[in-house]
Amino acid sequence: MLFRCPHCGDRDHTEFSYLREFDPDAADDTQFRHVYLRRNEIGAHREIWQHVYGCRTVFVLERDTVTHAVHG
Amino acid sequence: MKYSILSLARNALSRHERWPQAWRTPAPRPRYDVVIVGGGGHGLATAYYLARRHGIRDVAVLEKGWLGGGNTGRNTTIVRSNYLLEANAHFYELSMKLWEGLSQELNFNVMYSPRGVLNLAHTPAQRDAHQRRGNAMRLNGIDAKWLERDAVERMVPLLNCSDDARFPVIGGLLQPRGGTVRHDAVAWGYARAADSLGVDVIQNCEVMGFQREGGRITGVETSLGRIGAGRIGIAVAGHSGVLAAKAGFALPVETHLLQAMVSEPIKPLIDTVVTYGAGHLYISQSDKGELVLGGDLDFYPSYAQRGNLAVLREAASFAIEMFPCLSRLRLMRHWAGAVDMSMDGSPIIGKTEIPGLYLNGGWCYGGFKATPASGYVFAHTIANDSPHPLCAAFTLERFAQGALLDEKGAGPFPQHH
Amino acid sequence: MASQPWRLASGGAIDRTRTLRFTFDGRELQGHPGDTLASALLANGVRLVARSFKYHRPRGIFGCGPEEPNALVRLRRAGRAEPNTRSTMIELFEGLEAESQNRHPSLEFDFAAVGQWLAPLTPPGFYYKTFMWPRGGWPFYGHWLRRLGGMGTAGRLPDPDRYDQRYAHCDVLVVGSGPAGLAAAQAALGAGASVMLVDERDALGGHLLHAQARIDGAPASKWIAASEARLAAHPKVRILRRATAFGCYDHGHVALLERVADHLPAPRPNQPRQRLWNVRARRIVVAAGAIERPIVFNDNDRPGIMLASAARAYVNRYAVAPGRNPIVYTNNDSAYAAALDLARVGIRVRALLDSRAAVAPRLSAAMQQAGIELRTGCVVSGVRGARAVEDVLLDGGKSLDCDALFVSGGWNPSVHLLCHLGARPRYDEAIHSVKPATLPPGFHVAGGAAGSLSLARALDEGWRAGREAAAACGCTDESGTAPRTEAEEPCGAEPLWDIPRAARDGKAFVDLQNDVTYRDIELAHRENFRSVEHLKRLTALGMGTDQGKTSNVNGLAIMARLRGEAIDAVGTTAFRPPYTPVAFGALAGRERGEHLIPVRRTPLHAWHLAHGALMTSAGHWMRPRAYLRPGESFDGAWQRETRAVRGAVGICDVSTLGKIDVQGPDALELLERVYCNGLRSLQVGRARYGLMLREDGMVLDDGTTSRIGEQHYFITTTTANAARVLQHLEYYAQMVWPELRVHVASVSDQWGQIAAAGPRSRDLLARVVSRGQVDEAALPFLGVVDAAIGPVPVRIFRISYSGELAYEIAVPSRNTETVWSALLGAGLEVTPYGLEALGTLRIEKGHVAGGELDGRTTPADLGLGRMVSRTKRFVGARMLGRVALADPQRRALVGLEPLDGKSLIRAGAQLVEPGERTPPVAMLGHVSSATYSPTLGRPIALGLLAGAASRMGRTLVAAAPLLNEAVEVKVVSPAFYDPEGLRMKPT
Repeated sequence: MLFRCPHCGDRDHTEFSYLREFDPDAADDTQFRHVYLRRNEIGAHREIWQHVYGCRTVFVLERDTVTHAVHG
Repeated sequence: MKYSILSLARNALSRHERWPQAWRTPAPRPRYDVVIVGGGGHGLATAYYLARRHGIRDVAVLEKGWLGGGNTGRNTTIVRSNYLLEANAHFYELSMKLWEGLSQELNFNVMYSPRGVLNLAHTPAQRDAHQRRGNAMRLNGIDAKWLERDAVERMVPLLNCSDDARFPVIGGLLQPRGGTVRHDAVAWGYARAADSLGVDVIQNCEVMGFQREGGRITGVETSLGRIGAGRIGIAVAGHSGVLAAKAGFALPVETHLLQAMVSEPIKPLIDTVVTYGAGHLYISQSDKGELVLGGDLDFYPSYAQRGNLAVLREAASFAIEMFPCLSRLRLMRHWAGAVDMSMDGSPIIGKTEIPGLYLNGGWCYGGFKATPASGYVFAHTIANDSPHPLCAAFTLERFAQGALLDEKGAGPFPQHH
Repeated sequence: MASQPWRLASGGAIDRTRTLRFTFDGRELQGHPGDTLASALLANGVRLVARSFKYHRPRGIFGCGPEEPNALVRLRRAGRAEPNTRSTMIELFEGLEAESQNRHPSLEFDFAAVGQWLAPLTPPGFYYKTFMWPRGGWPFYGHWLRRLGGMGTAGRLPDPDRYDQRYAHCDVLVVGSGPAGLAAAQAALGAGASVMLVDERDALGGHLLHAQARIDGAPASKWIAASEARLAAHPKVRILRRATAFGCYDHGHVALLERVADHLPAPRPNQPRQRLWNVRARRIVVAAGAIERPIVFNDNDRPGIMLASAARAYVNRYAVAPGRNPIVYTNNDSAYAAALDLARVGIRVRALLDSRAAVAPRLSAAMQQAGIELRTGCVVSGVRGARAVEDVLLDGGKSLDCDALFVSGGWNPSVHLLCHLGARPRYDEAIHSVKPATLPPGFHVAGGAAGSLSLARALDEGWRAGREAAAACGCTDESGTAPRTEAEEPCGAEPLWDIPRAARDGKAFVDLQNDVTYRDIELAHRENFRSVEHLKRLTALGMGTDQGKTSNVNGLAIMARLRGEAIDAVGTTAFRPPYTPVAFGALAGRERGEHLIPVRRTPLHAWHLAHGALMTSAGHWMRPRAYLRPGESFDGAWQRETRAVRGAVGICDVSTLGKIDVQGPDALELLERVYCNGLRSLQVGRARYGLMLREDGMVLDDGTTSRIGEQHYFITTTTANAARVLQHLEYYAQMVWPELRVHVASVSDQWGQIAAAGPRSRDLLARVVSRGQVDEAALPFLGVVDAAIGPVPVRIFRISYSGELAYEIAVPSRNTETVWSALLGAGLEVTPYGLEALGTLRIEKGHVAGGELDGRTTPADLGLGRMVSRTKRFVGARMLGRVALADPQRRALVGLEPLDGKSLIRAGAQLVEPGERTPPVAMLGHVSSATYSPTLGRPIALGLLAGAASRMGRTLVAAAPLLNEAVEVKVVSPAFYDPEGLRMKPT
């Protein structure tokens, strides 16, 4: 996969590390629901990645978990 | 027809034209006492034990594709019970005991081959951790042996045991009864046995939704129409979250891909199962001669069920580091399985918040070896509406209670289990 | 030429001026440059080259390329031995050594061939139905079955060759250099795109190399040469030969295997054997061609039976007669060209048999003109001849003698690469095969791979695909013109899946490599293994090293016929990478041995090695365990080091600790939120021990936090958790609380770190410090000062892991050895100590480390509950409140001592009640760290024990049945040494 790092541009996915599913309802990030439950979408999935072997920016990515197509 | 060398000989005389179907292709009936969603090893085993042990024969198994087409047909065929935590150890040991007699019980040779599972240790800290686990196994009544380096070398002569290795081997934890089982045979054996007890095994039948009345589950909407059910068990690990979403709840599970591959077939070279300690890789050799390599997760959620070259390359590096003679052997096929990674690395078997709906999932990459025990305790749980003692710790509630079964201590980061 | 009796007198793309010697099963043979091993074997009249997988039937050469199912050999010797090598893809080289496989004792007399007589007892899946008695007997049966299976024998020596990996980018990647691929590459280049053109062969041209065709009014070879010259001359083009595109991955990533030196006796110095290319292409044109399909009839595996396209290739490209009295058998038009090519070089074609009732007049005219008897409506039921085909048996009972049979059942587009990303091909009535239905994003397909089986269409589609691919990259120039050839009739074919009734009693092979017959598929159907996946898994159809290139379509068509359904309804199995097998060495590349995972070395690594250090792996780091003096034992060394620290002063390399700088106006706020202990009162110039929790309330890591300036903090982590803690902080700083004005940066590699511990450590520092003060007033316990040692600026922390008066000195990495040497040369008796002493010192103090911080322990479990703030919010606080985490039966930290005062306790032992022996034994806890304490003169250990408070003072057994050890231990406080902590703060 190719990901667009907000800072470095297009890079191979092996430079990045998946941190966790993005939680839009993380009003209280210590909630049980936030820590343990996952939407685990089949299809469009918002998730948090970090450019670990690069600038170390942490960012949100929307990626399809079936086709691996990336949107923004 | 009972399978045996005699029935083979008899059928040879009739040119194999009289073999019956291994299982029927029934049309779904309008209602069953129990519907099992998922025609993999776990679902089929559940149906079998419901019929065999609990006398519940009005059972349908609904499979979206073909029997055993999910992780049952994608795993690396390893069976073992070398667990640290007691709940896991006793559960997987039940599975080992069932494996040992499964060919006879099902009258289908699942080729349980106790060739030993050897976990290598490369650092003193790893040795301590392995020994802690091995001691726990022995105290739990499970076979385990500690091998010092020279014993490892004798057992696996082609293994690189030299001091020049990047991560020199200092010893290994061996479970002699661990080994391999022919994966497809497990699905087929349970399907045939369940079918012969009256279970309807229905392929190409996708569950689209669940029906409820007064809170209780009453049936499923499928690609073949509505099917009523008194109780429903879900056994679709890899896609548990998808089914749970259709039932309206979220799970402490994330779906990841686990990479696997086989080499070209060769004459016997490695006759045990060896796991590398400095990276995620294990190697065994199939009866056909292919080396079977289990690689790592992709480390990001996916349902794509296809290979990932980066993980593959890493697996090849580890494999050659372990067995330098593998360099010129060739990768023949690689693929991936979508696995339910749970939040503590242990499975989930039990009731859900919806009365009449039961869940069996969260198998991480350990589902195959659990198949018989999983079916056994899940059938009990469904039949009695209360968990079998050996899966009482595997509830969904354990996460909220903090009663976690975190075998590796990796915390709520499913990709790290 | 006498040595190559089947070599044609002229023609072919071989170099007759040079002769290459090679051996097959020890027999010395000759060939020419330009030969493959297969063509050279044929030239020498070697027909029997292999034994089949299951029945050990004699087999010959069946194909001419990657599809070859039969003619696999063990190539080369010793460390370079490679089993299962397709003789059709190996270019002949001087001294080549090949051996046949899967036979014992020899190819001619193979004992295992008795398996053929047992065949009635061994239908597909027979092993599922038997070998069940006695219970537990399978390993015995399996042992023998495994020896019969398995094909080639692997080498047991390390591979002496090297493998490289490269990365490349291009606008358009063209896979395959046949007519479609060459046209596509030129069209894309003409439009202005950068192009990569790859082909698995040693020469460009694809099927054109095997055929006689005309393009742009000249022989195809001229067009190939001109195209190649044009492309090769252009700076935007890269051409790779001997390079197989074996896998397609996400977002335009295609993996290629380039066989750099496989055509040589050995790689040249500094030359890799193979090279793995990771190509990132914006568009991919798949012009991979098509593979001819065999026809299923009785004994269709006999040596001498060959694909018609292969026969054509051996005649045209290699100048070898694959038969002298051959018959051609087909259901389509393409085999006529093969028959004509055979006739053209003087081979008398016995007959051309066509299953179709009628053929186009131009074809019958051509046969008549070439003097080839054409029989239409003619179906072959089988052949006679065991080691070579002797007669062809026609349905109806007649027979025709021959010495070879060339078959063509139509063509299967090579759709593999298009399907790696999950697409399933569809059945096409025009070609009676499967072809791409939808393309993955970024892909184009042209020519044979698209199911277009005529040269004219291949050229046309290739050109169009190249233009479209370039346009998708924004390249829309219009230079160049599409190549032209004379129009051809479409390659008419009719389905030929059924086999004649007469043939059903014998062995009609669908999959030659895995010995899967028509009857096997019938049996699979009968037993309801009707899904193509069940068929494949029951019979092993398509599971061989050829991955079913010649067998899959026939197999699924036969199953569809048996099911009475359309082929599309039956579906295809998944096409999994790689397209052809890839050596693990090539996948690993240089990442093996010391480059597997780079070794991490501290700035003092060289010093350690030069001073007797026994090194050990600690994660990816190498660290000293102890410094052995001449004649000293390991135990002697680390115990001496431990005593030195307790009695005088020692220094230890702790550079592997994680070090993180946290700066900004909100630095304190971030740390307050991630540490469970309070930091608000921490003054500049002071340090504090801290605990970070995971979201689930378990301890993530411990370490120290120092306040360097008003908005500047410096934290240390354990070696093992350095990366995780950094990521944890970055995640919270960037994603959860982006409003905080704070930066987090790893400075682990920028600072070396040295611990100086022991009652004389202050004296030591006082002697070496050239700037700054280390007396009690200037640097009290948990103080931090900037100072200098000699010319080197350092930061000194007064913190203690050993429990002694101690310091940690942070030094700019490159100066670490300078400072280390200054400490050693300060005129005191200074003892360097390693990990073993470090661990012993901390166990004596009851400090927790990796064995206790195992991801399952809360602060309270570790006896650190009092550190947890009750007043602030922090990561992990909420989950820490869960009911099971407050259970008094949770395991908590204790100390353990042997009752007899001398038995060593094992880390990893389990704590059980005395007298408990018969499994299952209840485990109350376990030993997490253990050592012998030279200070106390007895073994000690730390453990985690259920109900620790109520078991204090009790006797338990530390059981290590794995090592046949059981030691009675007393539960004590974990603070074995100086529990009041007076030694850290001497007055």
